[in-house]
Amino acid sequence: MELVQNFPFITIIMALFSGPLCSVLKGKTAKWVNTVVLSLILLMSCAVLVFTLQTGEAYVYQMGHFSAPWGNEIRIGVLEAFMAVFFSVVMLLCMLGGRREQMEELEESKQNLYYVMVGLLLSSLLALIYTNDLFTAYVFVEINTISACGLIMIRQNGHSIVAATRYMVMSLLGSGLLLMGICYLYDLTGHLLMSNIQEQVALLQESGEYHIPLLIAITLMSVGLAIKSALFPFHSWVPDAYGYSTLSSSAILSSLVSKGYIFLLIKIFYRVIGIDVVRGSKVVNVLFVFGVMGMIFGSINAIRESNIRRMIAYSSVAQIGYIYMGLGLGTANGLIASLFHILCHAATKALLFIAASGLTDVSGKDPDFFKLTGSGYRNKLAGVAFTVGSLSMVGMPMFSGFISKILFAEAAYETTNKLIPTMIALALSTLLNAIYFLKTVIRIYTPSYRAGIKTDNRTIEMREQPLKSVVLILFIMLNLVLGLYSEPIVNTLMSGLRMFS
Amino acid sequence: MNLANLMNNYEEAVAMILFGIGFSNLLLQSNLIKKIIGLNIMDTAVYLFLALKGYIEGHKAPIVVDGVQSVDAYINPIPSGLVLTGIVVSVSVSALMLALTVRLYRRYHTLNLDEISTLLKKEER
Repeated sequence: MELVQNFPFITIIMALFSGPLCSVLKGKTAKWVNTVVLSLILLMSCAVLVFTLQTGEAYVYQMGHFSAPWGNEIRIGVLEAFMAVFFSVVMLLCMLGGRREQMEELEESKQNLYYVMVGLLLSSLLALIYTNDLFTAYVFVEINTISACGLIMIRQNGHSIVAATRYMVMSLLGSGLLLMGICYLYDLTGHLLMSNIQEQVALLQESGEYHIPLLIAITLMSVGLAIKSALFPFHSWVPDAYGYSTLSSSAILSSLVSKGYIFLLIKIFYRVIGIDVVRGSKVVNVLFVFGVMGMIFGSINAIRESNIRRMIAYSSVAQIGYIYMGLGLGTANGLIASLFHILCHAATKALLFIAASGLTDVSGKDPDFFKLTGSGYRNKLAGVAFTVGSLSMVGMPMFSGFISKILFAEAAYETTNKLIPTMIALALSTLLNAIYFLKTVIRIYTPSYRAGIKTDNRTIEMREQPLKSVVLILFIMLNLVLGLYSEPIVNTLMSGLRMFS
Repeated sequence: MNLANLMNNYEEAVAMILFGIGFSNLLLQSNLIKKIIGLNIMDTAVYLFLALKGYIEGHKAPIVVDGVQSVDAYINPIPSGLVLTGIVVSVSVSALMLALTVRLYRRYHTLNLDEISTLLKKEER
C-alpha cells in the first residue's frame, strides 16, 4: 500500500480534529488553522485524484484491517476523488470570500466556533463521498446536519435562529426516513457494506422474494435524502436558511451541503441497490416528476422575490430540480449530466452569493432589489461576477450552465417517454431563469439617476477588498474552465462512474 | 394469511405505528417541545425495530461465558451496536433542538413556531 492511499482517511480525520482544536483557540488563530487545514486537504485530495487517475481503478481502504463483511471501509475511485477535490476547492474559496463578513457579523467570542462547524462539515462531506458503509453514511449525515445548523444559527438574529429551527426539523424528518430505510435494507440483506448489499439485493431480485419491502426501503431512503437536499416540495426552509445566515454559510450550504446528500443518494442508487433494480422500481420516475416541478416552481418563486439573497436561494431550489431530473432519467448519461450540474451549480451559486454581497455592500447593506440600482458601477468586479454567474445559470455558451443543459438534453434523447417533458422543462426553466437573473443584471447596470431612485453612493474598488476580489476572479475562472474545457471533465466523470458501482 | 403475518410480527407493526406517530408529530405540531417529543418517539421506534430484528428467541446476549462459542447460543450483536450509535446521535440532535428552543423562547416568549414566525414578520416592519 502506498502512502497516497492513506490520504482520504487522513483528510477526513484532519478535518474532524481541526474542529475540536479550533474550539480552544482564539478566533484569529482558529481562522489560520482552518485555512491551513482546508488547503492541506485540498492538496491531499489532488494527490489522491492523480493516483486514482494513474492506476485507473478504485481501491478499498479497510479501517482497522477487518476484512469485508465485518469491517468498516472506504472506497476511493476517480469520481470520489474528483468530487473531494472540487468540494474542498469550493469550501476554501467560500471561506476566504466571506472572511470579512465573518469578522463583522459574528461575535468576537463566537468566531472560533464558526471554524469548528466548518471543520466538522468538511469532514462529514468527505466521509459521505468516500464511505462504503451505509450506517457510517447515516452517522455522517447527522454530523453534516448538526454542523450545517450551527453554520446557519451562528449569526444570532431572530431570523437565523428560526431558520435553523426549521432547517433542523425538516432535516430530522429526512434523517428519520433515511435511518428507517437503512434498517429495512439491513434486515433484508444482513449487510451494511455497500458492495455486499448489492450482491444480496441481486439475489433477492432473482428469486423475486421481498419485492415490496425492497421497494419501501428504496422509497424511504430516496424521500429522506430528497427532503434533506431540498427537492421541491420540501424546500420551505431554503430561502430563510440561505437568505439570513452569514455569507460563507449561505455559499457553503447552497453549493456543498445539499450536494453531499445527493452524492449519497447517487451512491445508494448505483452502488448499494444497483441502478437496474432502482429503474425497475419506478422510483426514478417520481424523482423525475418532482425535479421538473422544482425547476419550474423554484424559478417562479425566485421571480416573485424582491430580496436578492432569497432570490438566489430560490434559484437553488430550481437547480436542485435539474439535478434530480437528470437522476430521474435513470440512464448513465443522465447521471453524468447531474454530476456535471452539481459541479456547475456549486461553482456558480457560491459566486452569485459572494457577488451579491459585494453589490449589497455598496447599497447600504440592504438586499432589496430596488436599492441595488446601479450597484454594478459602484462595485465593478462584483457586478461582472454577478453577470457571469447569471449568464451561467441562464445557460449562455462559454459558461458552465450551458454545458450541463446540453448534457441534460442529450441524455434525454436516449429515453423514450421522458424526452418531451425534459425538453419542455429545460426550455421553460431557461426562460424563467432568464427573467429573474437578467432582470437583476439590468437593474444593477441601470444608472440610479436615470431610474430616479436614491441609492447609496459608496463605491468599492478591487484594491480595497483584495481577498474577495481574488476569490471572485477564481470563481469566474472556475466557471469558464467548466464551460470551455468541459470535455476532459466529462470524460473524467465517465471513467469515474465506470469504476463507481 | 396476510392478517396472520401481521399478528405474528405484531412487534414490527407496533414499531411502524410508533414511527408514524413520531413522524407526524415532528412534522405537524407547532409547539417546539412537542416536536422534539415526536422526534424522540420516531427515533426510538427505529431502535425498537432494529433491536427486534437482531433478537433471536431463546438466544442470549453475545457475551462468551463458560467457553460456549456456538452461533446458536447468541443473538445478532450488530443491531444492538447500531442502536447504541443511533442513541448517541439522537441524544445530540435532541440537545441541539432543545438549545434552539431555549434561544427562541428567550427571544419571543412562546414555543409556538407559527406565532414566532408572525412575531418575526412584525419585527421586520
